[in-house]
Amino acid sequence: MTNASLKKVFDANKRTDHPEMRPGDTLKVHVKIKEGEKERLQAFEGTLIARRGAGMSQSILVRKISFGTGVERIFPIHAPVIDHIDVVRTGRVRRAKLFFLRGLKGKAARLKERT
Amino acid sequence: MSPGILGKKIGMTQVFRPDGQVVPVTLLKAGPCVVTQRKTPSSDGYDAIQLGLMEYVKPSRINKPIGGHLKKASAEGVKFFRELRLRSGDSDIKLGDRILAEHFKPKDKVDVIGTSKGKGFAGVMKRHNFKGGPEGHGSMFNRAPGSIGASSFPSRVFKGTRMTGHMGVDQVTVRNLEIVQVDIEDNVIMVKGAVPGPNGGYVILRRAKR
Repeated sequence: MTNASLKKVFDANKRTDHPEMRPGDTLKVHVKIKEGEKERLQAFEGTLIARRGAGMSQSILVRKISFGTGVERIFPIHAPVIDHIDVVRTGRVRRAKLFFLRGLKGKAARLKERT
Repeated sequence: MSPGILGKKIGMTQVFRPDGQVVPVTLLKAGPCVVTQRKTPSSDGYDAIQLGLMEYVKPSRINKPIGGHLKKASAEGVKFFRELRLRSGDSDIKLGDRILAEHFKPKDKVDVIGTSKGKGFAGVMKRHNFKGGPEGHGSMFNRAPGSIGASSFPSRVFKGTRMTGHMGVDQVTVRNLEIVQVDIEDNVIMVKGAVPGPNGGYVILRRAKR
């Protein structure tokens, strides 16, 4: 992002209110959902298993186990539909993409807390 | 109302609509432009304007004929000229008028004309989207064009048969791109979608014909 005009668009639209988050962290992503006239928040809590992209298109991949089934959701982190993100728990991992978690479940899929 | 504006492609990014939808956009440095010549039915047989994109040009790069031509429009530093036809009722544009990005509004539709990126000498799969052959299993028909015609009749290859050759560096028009945002301060127009050519390539923004 070297060009001044591209940077201007990025600076005008980017979100700076998100906490620092790393792969392995457990996040609670609060998403705004419109139902007719009303707007409410829905939380998606899971492990951050990958960060992708740079600039405006940066996104995070969050995985959770819902009723025994793995569910993954991609959030563009600069999207206005995200109300806020909480870091519930940090995790100590040694790689950037945690796709190995897809093959694990239960006790094996636990991550140690980062100190 | 100007029929269009000249510009330069800056690059692509994305923005969010109020409803949360992601819109891919291209930033175009549009203008400031100057009307360097006004063509009229009485003098030229048709109604058009010649636009020049004002930018920094080394004075030694402007030769005497171009310099004199620019002087009539009281402009300096123009490298890129293009002519745009005027539609009936658009005849209020005069020689020396400035055309700026602020003359365009969000939701307007424009056609963007640019020069596509050069691909060099390309094979038929890349150039004409031929299927090619299998990649493995002993196949020796990988990216070849296959048959280019029948045998003893007609004993020749028909003109226009799609074959390998130079690809890219063509004039490409993308029609009906929506203007998403206009930055009046920096003369930057944001259009929805992709635009032909490399970043830094010259483009023409023309008000959509339909």
